[in-house]
Amino acid sequence: MASIELKNIAHQYPSEDKSGPYALSSLNELWQDGGAYALLGPSGCGKTTLLNIISGLLQPSEGRVLFDGVDVTDLSPEKRNIAQVFQFPVVYDTLTVAENLAFPLKNRGMAKDKISERVAEILSMLGLSDRANEKAHSLTADDKQKISLGRGLVRTDVKAILFDEPLTVIDPHLKWQLRTELKKIHQQFRHTMIYVTHDQTEALTFADKVIVMYGGSVLQIGTPEELFETPAHTFVGQFIGSPGMNILKANVDGALAIVDRIQVALPGNYRKIDDEVELGIRPEYISLSQTEGIQAETVSIDDVGKHIIVRCRLEHQIVSVIVPEGTSIPDKPRLVFAQDKINIYQNAVLVRPTG
Amino acid sequence: MKTQNNKAWFLVLPVLILVSISAIIPLMTVVNYSVQDTFGNNEFFWVGTEWFQEVLNSERFLNALKRTLLFSALILAIEIPLGIFIALAMPKRGIGVSFCLVLMALPLLIPWNVVGTIWQVFGRVDIGLLGHGLASLGFDYNYTQNVFDAWVTLIIMDVWHWTSLVVLLCYSGLVAIPEVYYQAARIDGASRWSVFRFIQLPKIKRVLLIAVLLRFMDSFMIYTEPFVVTGGGPGNSTTFLSIDLVQMAVGQFDLGPAAAMSLVYFLIILLVCWIFYTIMTSFDAQAAASQKKG
Repeated sequence: MASIELKNIAHQYPSEDKSGPYALSSLNELWQDGGAYALLGPSGCGKTTLLNIISGLLQPSEGRVLFDGVDVTDLSPEKRNIAQVFQFPVVYDTLTVAENLAFPLKNRGMAKDKISERVAEILSMLGLSDRANEKAHSLTADDKQKISLGRGLVRTDVKAILFDEPLTVIDPHLKWQLRTELKKIHQQFRHTMIYVTHDQTEALTFADKVIVMYGGSVLQIGTPEELFETPAHTFVGQFIGSPGMNILKANVDGALAIVDRIQVALPGNYRKIDDEVELGIRPEYISLSQTEGIQAETVSIDDVGKHIIVRCRLEHQIVSVIVPEGTSIPDKPRLVFAQDKINIYQNAVLVRPTG
Repeated sequence: MKTQNNKAWFLVLPVLILVSISAIIPLMTVVNYSVQDTFGNNEFFWVGTEWFQEVLNSERFLNALKRTLLFSALILAIEIPLGIFIALAMPKRGIGVSFCLVLMALPLLIPWNVVGTIWQVFGRVDIGLLGHGLASLGFDYNYTQNVFDAWVTLIIMDVWHWTSLVVLLCYSGLVAIPEVYYQAARIDGASRWSVFRFIQLPKIKRVLLIAVLLRFMDSFMIYTEPFVVTGGGPGNSTTFLSIDLVQMAVGQFDLGPAAAMSLVYFLIILLVCWIFYTIMTSFDAQAAASQKKG
């Protein structure tokens, strides 16, 4: 187990255009030993690139990778002693389930009785004990991915375990089960775990700290709660939550914001900002009222089962509101913004109140 | 069940006619010859299975069969491992790829009799680069007189001509393996041999089987090249089944035994094809079964 430090990591995939886009740009991160981290972001934001740089499958174009302060940038994945589980199941077809799990241990010259002991543990954990002697190619995609997971977990001495969207191919009901299992394993063994996903639920339930990436940079690192309450960037606000945060164009002066010519009270004083200013508020923190608040007009109502999502129009801008099941929704509701849940963004970046 | 409309049969009629002209009728002629004898004047006598017995018991046929089988076995033993090895060594991306592919395809584009002629000249002791070169280095090499030299020449010629086919088939199988398998193997600390044994070989199994089948069929039916290079000699040492068959049918005009021999030859090839087909469909069934479960 180890802490992982990235120093000025940048990566550019080889192409004819030398000035082409960077898949990753200038990352400086320190991830604690024993932490459970999730890398969250849309497809193509550089999550997998970053993961492969950490595991050593990819050499970064710039920067260094340090494990426990030791530079490992030039070491092979094997020497770095990393486990990695991939998005799609990788099994050795001609080997049995048990042999598949034993494979990484055997390659490292572990004693035979130790191997079979460890393999038996992992088999029972994955619920594959009764299929241990079947050939791996005869298994379902679910079970194959379990084997992939098992090969990632079978070594106890690894520095870190990296997961690259490992549950994509798994059935939804199994997903929950496996995710809980992974979390349990983490609490038990305290491996440093890094989990790549584009699914916010997965990231938020698995990780202690979530790293939100976009366009090759890290936008925010925080606990699930921090990401929800105070997104550091409008992208984080919109990406996390369903529906995401309402981002409204506004003018801010002191403790007041003007949205579509309507005054909104802010949680604190802000200095006057001249750039593009936006006000962010989660749909969860807006309520409907008959008597007070901002006059709006109902545009659409979606009943998603556990609650109702109402889209309302202010003068120009659309606001999503989440209300409990059974709420009656007027055509011309009034919206009440929870004052202390409002965030202000300047050029898409969070601004803190001055007092 | 309701009677179906039989008009569809008319649609396959043209194909049936073409196939019968090109395959069935000539084959039946051969069958016809194989059970009859003639003394000219277009008079034929029924002899039953006599020719078959004669062929199957004849030393000449059995020796030719042994030679052909030995030739095929040697060809497979050399070309398959060599083909895999070259395919593994070929670059997977970059400008080297097209260069290697073109280089590999070149021998396959040369007509059989030209290949024969090239090697016939190449190996000649008086003017050939290989033959003369070896002779001037002091080797006693002469494919027209020495049985071993003749075999070596034919095998090297076939390896030169056809290993590319194995290479190209294996290469196509290798490039189809997703990169993630190699990544997983690196993470698992697999050795180069383990990667080959547990990832590459299982993944190219199917194309490899096709390569084995094609190379077996082709080497078992080889005719033109040895005919051009050695003419079946020295002695009968490189007289393979096909050469023997032509000698019997065209050289000696023994139509009956030649027809019987053709049919036996044909049945052997059919048997081997059936074995390969069975193995390949069993692979398919396995794959389908695991797909279904997934």
